[in-house]
Amino acid sequence: MSWEIVIGLEVHVQLNTKTKIFSGSSTQFGAEPNTQACAVDLGLPGVLPVFNEEALHKAVAFGLAIDAEIGKKSVFDRKNYFYPDLPKGYQTTQMDYPIVGVGHVDIVLDDGATKRIGVTRAHLEEDAGKSLHEDFEGFSGIDLNRAGTPLLEIVSEPDIRSAKEAVAYLKKIHSIITYLDISDGDMSQGSMRCDVNISLREKGESEFGTRTELKNLNSFKFIEKAIATEVERQAEILEDGGSITQETRLYDPDKDETRPMRSKEVANDYRYFPCPDLLPVEIDQQYIDSVSANLPELPDTKRDRFMSELDLSEYDASVLSSSKALAAYFEQIVDVCKEPKLAANWTMGELSSALNKNAVEIEDCPVPAQDMGTLILRIKDDTISGKIAKQVFFAMWEGEGTPDAIIEAKGLKQVTDTGAIEAMIDEVLAANPNQVEQYRGGQEKLMGFFVGQVMKASKGQANPGVVNKILKEKLQG
Amino acid sequence: MSLDRSDVESIAQLARLKIDDAEVPAYTQTLSNILDLVDKMQAVDTTDVEPLANPLDATQRLRADVVSEENQREQLQKVAPKAEQGLFLVPKVIE
Repeated sequence: MSWEIVIGLEVHVQLNTKTKIFSGSSTQFGAEPNTQACAVDLGLPGVLPVFNEEALHKAVAFGLAIDAEIGKKSVFDRKNYFYPDLPKGYQTTQMDYPIVGVGHVDIVLDDGATKRIGVTRAHLEEDAGKSLHEDFEGFSGIDLNRAGTPLLEIVSEPDIRSAKEAVAYLKKIHSIITYLDISDGDMSQGSMRCDVNISLREKGESEFGTRTELKNLNSFKFIEKAIATEVERQAEILEDGGSITQETRLYDPDKDETRPMRSKEVANDYRYFPCPDLLPVEIDQQYIDSVSANLPELPDTKRDRFMSELDLSEYDASVLSSSKALAAYFEQIVDVCKEPKLAANWTMGELSSALNKNAVEIEDCPVPAQDMGTLILRIKDDTISGKIAKQVFFAMWEGEGTPDAIIEAKGLKQVTDTGAIEAMIDEVLAANPNQVEQYRGGQEKLMGFFVGQVMKASKGQANPGVVNKILKEKLQG
Repeated sequence: MSLDRSDVESIAQLARLKIDDAEVPAYTQTLSNILDLVDKMQAVDTTDVEPLANPLDATQRLRADVVSEENQREQLQKVAPKAEQGLFLVPKVIE
C-alpha cells in the first residue's frame, strides 16, 4: 500500500532577551544552579509577573518576517499541570489570542521547487526549569534558572510531507530567527527544540490518520531519523491491519526506535484560563510599523539580492544566504575582492570543504574573510594561479599567515616573465621530439601534454595564459 | 449539566486535592450548581459582545529588558524542605 506522510511541527525557540519573560532575572546560560531564579520565577506567594518589552518586540519581528497577522490584542493564559520543574503549577502561555497569527514559510525542495508551509500561529510562553534525575538517592534535583526564559512556540500547519521537508522547514525557521537575532538558535543548548506530529494516510485519502507526537528533538539529524523511524513503525502497524494509538513518544537515538513516553496515557486536561495576574497586551499599528521598518534583511531577500546584484546562480545564492554567519563571511570577501563569482566558488568550495572536514563552524573559521578576499585578489591580478591559490589557502588554514606573507615566504609568485617561460618551453620541446612531430602532424590534443610538462617544470608557477600563447607559437614552428 | 462522582474525583486528582469520600456527594452537588449557572449564562446571545480577558479596563504594562534581580539562592533555599549542591531536592520524578 502506498502511504502519504503528514507532518506538523511545533518549534520552541528561546528568545535571546537579557532577562526572563516576566521577571528581572538574568537568562544567561551556564550559571550556577538556581542563582538566576527569583521569587517570581519560583512562583512564591504574592509576586506579580511583569511582561518584558523585548520579548514582545522579538515575537512581533518574527511574525512580520513570516508575513503573519500580528495580534494587536494578545492574552496570557494559564496552562495547569503539576511537575517539579514548574513550581507555580501552571505555565503562562497564550491560548486563544496569540501574538502571531496565520503566516507562512517558503522552503526549497530537492528538485529546486519552492513549497509554502503554513504557520498556524506563534505564541509567547515561559520555559520550565530542569530536573536532574541522577546523583541523588531517591530524589531529583531541580534547577530553576531556565524557568521563565521566554519561548516563542511556532506551530505549523500539517503541510509537511516528508522528513526532508521537515528538516528544510526547520532550517528555514532557524535561518529566520538567527537573521532576526531573536534567538541564538543553538540547538545543542536547547535554544531551538521541536515536537513532531506524524500520521499516515492512504494516498488520495483526504481525512488525516491518527497521529503520534515525538517530543523534544533538538538536532536536525535526529529529527530526520526520528521521523523516518516513526513513519516505518506506523506503516508496519497499518499494513498489518492494526490501528495507531494517539500518544506522545520519545525517540531513542541509541536504539533508533520510538517508544511511548508515559506508560499510562491520561488525556491531557490543562484547564486553560486567562491569567488574572497579567492584563491583555495591546499594541497599535504604529508599534508594528516601527518594528517592521527596523527588520534586518531576511534570508529570502538576501538570496534574491545575491542573484540580482551579484549575478549568482539561484543555487549559490540560496546556499550562501541560508546562514547569517556564512552570508556575512561571503559578503566581506566580496567587499575586499569585488569578484562575487570567485568569492562564491571559494566559499562554497575549498572553504566549506575545509570547514566540513575539520568539523568547524563558519563562526570559528580560522581564516579571516579579509584574507580570503586578498587571496582572490592575488588570483585576479595574476600574482598566483588558481591552483597555487589552493596551496596558499591550506597554509592560511594552518595559520601560516596572510596570503601575501605565504606567497612571499614560499616563493609562489607566478612566473609571467616571458623569457623565463620561453626557456622552459624550449627545454620541454627539446626533451619530447616525438610528441612535437605528432603535434605538427595534426594531433593537436597533445597541447594539453605540453602545457602539463611546462607547468610541472615551473612547479605550477608559470602563468598558464602566457604558457599557452608561447607554446602555440613555438609549436606552429 | 450535572457532574457525577468520577468527575469530582478526577478534578480533585488534577488539582492534587485529597478529598474525603464522604464529602464527594456535597462537592458533586455544589459543583453541578455552578455548571447550571454557567448553562444559564450560555443561553445569552453574545454574538456582538467582545470576549473579556480581564475585568479591569487596563492593558499590560511592559518592563524594560534590564537585569534587576540579584542572586538570592541562599535565602530562597532556606524555606525549601530540602536543597543540596544549589539544587532544590524533590521526591524522585520518574519519566
